[in-house]
Amino acid sequence: MTAVAARPTALAGLLRSMADDEFVIGFSDSEWTGIAPILEEDIAMSSLSQDELGHAAALYGLLATLEDGDADALAYDRGPADFRHARLLDHGRGDWAMTIARRYLYETADAVRLAAVGDGAWPPLTELAGKIAREERYHVAHVELWLDRLARADGEPRDRLVAALTALGPDAGTVFGPLPDEAGLVADGLLDAPMEVLETRWRATIEPRLRGLGLPVPPPTRDRDTSRTVHDPAFTELWSMITSVRRSDPGATW
Amino acid sequence: MSEGGTHLAIAAARSGATVAPTSTAGDADLVARVRAALAGVPDPELPVLSVVDLGIVHRVEATDDGIRVDILPTFIGCPALDVIRDSIAGRLAVFGRPVAVETTFVVPWTSDRISEAGLAALRSAGIAPPAAPGETRCPWCDSGQVVMDSAFGPTQCRSLFYCRGCRQPFESLKSV
Repeated sequence: MTAVAARPTALAGLLRSMADDEFVIGFSDSEWTGIAPILEEDIAMSSLSQDELGHAAALYGLLATLEDGDADALAYDRGPADFRHARLLDHGRGDWAMTIARRYLYETADAVRLAAVGDGAWPPLTELAGKIAREERYHVAHVELWLDRLARADGEPRDRLVAALTALGPDAGTVFGPLPDEAGLVADGLLDAPMEVLETRWRATIEPRLRGLGLPVPPPTRDRDTSRTVHDPAFTELWSMITSVRRSDPGATW
Repeated sequence: MSEGGTHLAIAAARSGATVAPTSTAGDADLVARVRAALAGVPDPELPVLSVVDLGIVHRVEATDDGIRVDILPTFIGCPALDVIRDSIAGRLAVFGRPVAVETTFVVPWTSDRISEAGLAALRSAGIAPPAAPGETRCPWCDSGQVVMDSAFGPTQCRSLFYCRGCRQPFESLKSV
């Protein structure tokens, strides 16, 4: 608890980055409900998205305890410029190959991040991160299966996957963009290493699989310093959809 | 995600809360009666099981001033949580004191928290209990010749299977 008292702003920055990531990818991939390539994937993407939105809700809830705020307001009442998700997630769901590529890059990065906060100094976050990690194992297994399937199918599936990984590549590492007072987070034991170190761990986990499948490995991160602060205009469109119901009748109870 | 705030209130991880190692507190007799009442609250998505058999009741605290029940979500985003909270509060209303139902992650819900009675109830409803990969058995004919159609099923906590023995589809609770 002393960690919180000492550096609530740094902890809030970490929570916000995690919550926004889960919120944005959960909302974005939920667009597949009903239109995924096969029925099982309609269900799978809906279930995955429901998990992510649940994680986001719980993380916003923790953030609300720090900022004396309200989780719904954190999720719905901020403008698009105030979101701190990784720029990787500004790329829309695109086609199925793009969705799989984006989810593969994100889920593997999220797993590394969860491990890095999982033994941290603030029990509410470590407890939640441990629980989230148990659910995310299913996500990683699922997306790895699809990555392999698309990569091993000759022709269009593979071509689309390569194109998607190539397009996402420069933004792939933005999950590990710098956080506010990151040195403080590490010093207080909320994060077991700086984000650059986590990125190295992540690359070591994904590169053998990608190379083994003959797929492109993400290049160094483009504009790393603004990974979470400068967003693509495409996000404004998604934000508009996410918040449209809330904005249609501010203050209403649904 | 509900926008009313109750769902997001999973916030609960209440930063200031301290949790005693015991699972009960307060008046022992009252706590026992509360627990007995909870055994009659069905899980809304798996109504063959009570919340007790499902293993989501973490802690019960009961005194003359009020009752508090801490529950462990099976999955963090489980949309049934609000219903579970309301069902528990409704069932405990007979005790005539304030009831608080809180969500906690202080320990993770794991599939091995399901009671023996709960496992049997699941099988009787055609749902295979959680099992390690490759060890799932058909709840209808007990065959091990089963294939997973999809890890993701109609609720966050269930997967889809097919039995090659009796040629029936079935669901299995995810192992977490």
